[in-house]
Amino acid sequence: MIGILDYGLGNIRAFANIYKSLDISHKIITTNKQLVGIKKIILPGVGAFDDAMVKFNESGLRDNVEKMVLNENVPILGVCVGLQMLGHSSEEGKEKGLGWIDANIKIFDTLNIRHSTKLPHMGWNTIEIKSNEELLFKNLNNKDRFYFLHSYYFKCNNSDNSIAQTYYGDNFTSAAKSNNIFGVQFHPEKSLINGEKLLYNFSQL
Amino acid sequence: MLHPRIIPNLLIHNKGLVKTVNFKSPKYVGDPLNAVKIFNEKSVDELIITDIDASVKKLEPNYSLIEKLAIESRMPLCYGGGINNVNQAKKIFSLGVEKVAISSAAIENPTIISQLAESVGSQSVVVVLDVKKKIFSGNYEIYVHNGTKKTGLNPLKFINKIKKMGVGEIVINSIDYDGTMKGYDFQIIDQIRKITSLPMTVLGGAGSLSDIGELIKKYSIVGAGAGSIFVFKGKYRAVLINYPNNKEKMELIKKYMKID
Repeated sequence: MIGILDYGLGNIRAFANIYKSLDISHKIITTNKQLVGIKKIILPGVGAFDDAMVKFNESGLRDNVEKMVLNENVPILGVCVGLQMLGHSSEEGKEKGLGWIDANIKIFDTLNIRHSTKLPHMGWNTIEIKSNEELLFKNLNNKDRFYFLHSYYFKCNNSDNSIAQTYYGDNFTSAAKSNNIFGVQFHPEKSLINGEKLLYNFSQL
Repeated sequence: MLHPRIIPNLLIHNKGLVKTVNFKSPKYVGDPLNAVKIFNEKSVDELIITDIDASVKKLEPNYSLIEKLAIESRMPLCYGGGINNVNQAKKIFSLGVEKVAISSAAIENPTIISQLAESVGSQSVVVVLDVKKKIFSGNYEIYVHNGTKKTGLNPLKFINKIKKMGVGEIVINSIDYDGTMKGYDFQIIDQIRKITSLPMTVLGGAGSLSDIGELIKKYSIVGAGAGSIFVFKGKYRAVLINYPNNKEKMELIKKYMKID
């Protein structure tokens, strides 16, 4: 059973729609009770970093999710701001991140972006997959496209945690991993067939 | 490398899908839900869906239709029509839509932009400006209510006013070029491109993929919106939902986009 965390932020329904069409059992989680029996967790996120952290802390879900992820090794996938929440801090706000992956969130340097559209980084971009062994990317290819929408990026302090990168003025981490903790900067739930494959792969880990 | 977005723009009128010319004479082209299913199969970059009745008739957004459309969309979906407060936008988000478009509400009360940005994030707030060139001065003016109501506002001044308020994307829709299929109105697009680095999507005038190509050639990263070419085929404008396949899209971008 996949649990999609609903802490008041994000396009929860888009994930549920995909898992429903793939016939994979899933549940939208708003209470700790609903976390019982959850084998995988999706941490969605749309909007601003501080807002996401405050809402997640206030949801009352954090302690239990933390236990499941850090002590019981339940796989978790952070998406967009959900990825950024996995880091220590963000230039977008003052709140502390979860700190589950050794990373900090920085704003893109627009001086490096040559076209007149600067931020947010919006649209379909390619990902460069660093290892073919990574099961999250099974049946996906290098240079496959995903939909991005963000102005801040996830800067891993340990490059081993970066499992895919994308170019926007410079290369940045578009997917990260630390043991059972995964995150993607793009929106798999809005990336057509490539996104479906990734969400399917996550469900099969 | 990031690609420009090629975006079908779908209009809903009396629950059907329509296409207009100069914002007038809506022609029925099919069922919206069916069209979204087809566009999903054709792997479109993004979709803009606008209910052109809602704001004029002061109707609430049609949530049950929006929900059905969102269930079918595996790509980013932008909905506009009838949104004039934050609660409506939140409700639309909860149905699985990523972007909300506002037009008349933003013009009547620009503070709604910052309110929306605070509650759903600025990346999801799209402001649509319907613009028309004045005959004598050659300046442009913003219209609302499907091109029937003048606002007296200059689009450049208005964009300068709102660009720091939390808008995530600006859609420029040319009333003069809508449905004419004669190419985009580069005059206004140029003027707007110079004053903002926000993502910009343009609508009105695309009559062929090479028109879209010309837009890409000029601005590289841009949203190329179009209605007619994705719902009509041939010179008799027979209704046929279509969209370039991946290979055609890649070739178009390769041909026109300047790689830096």
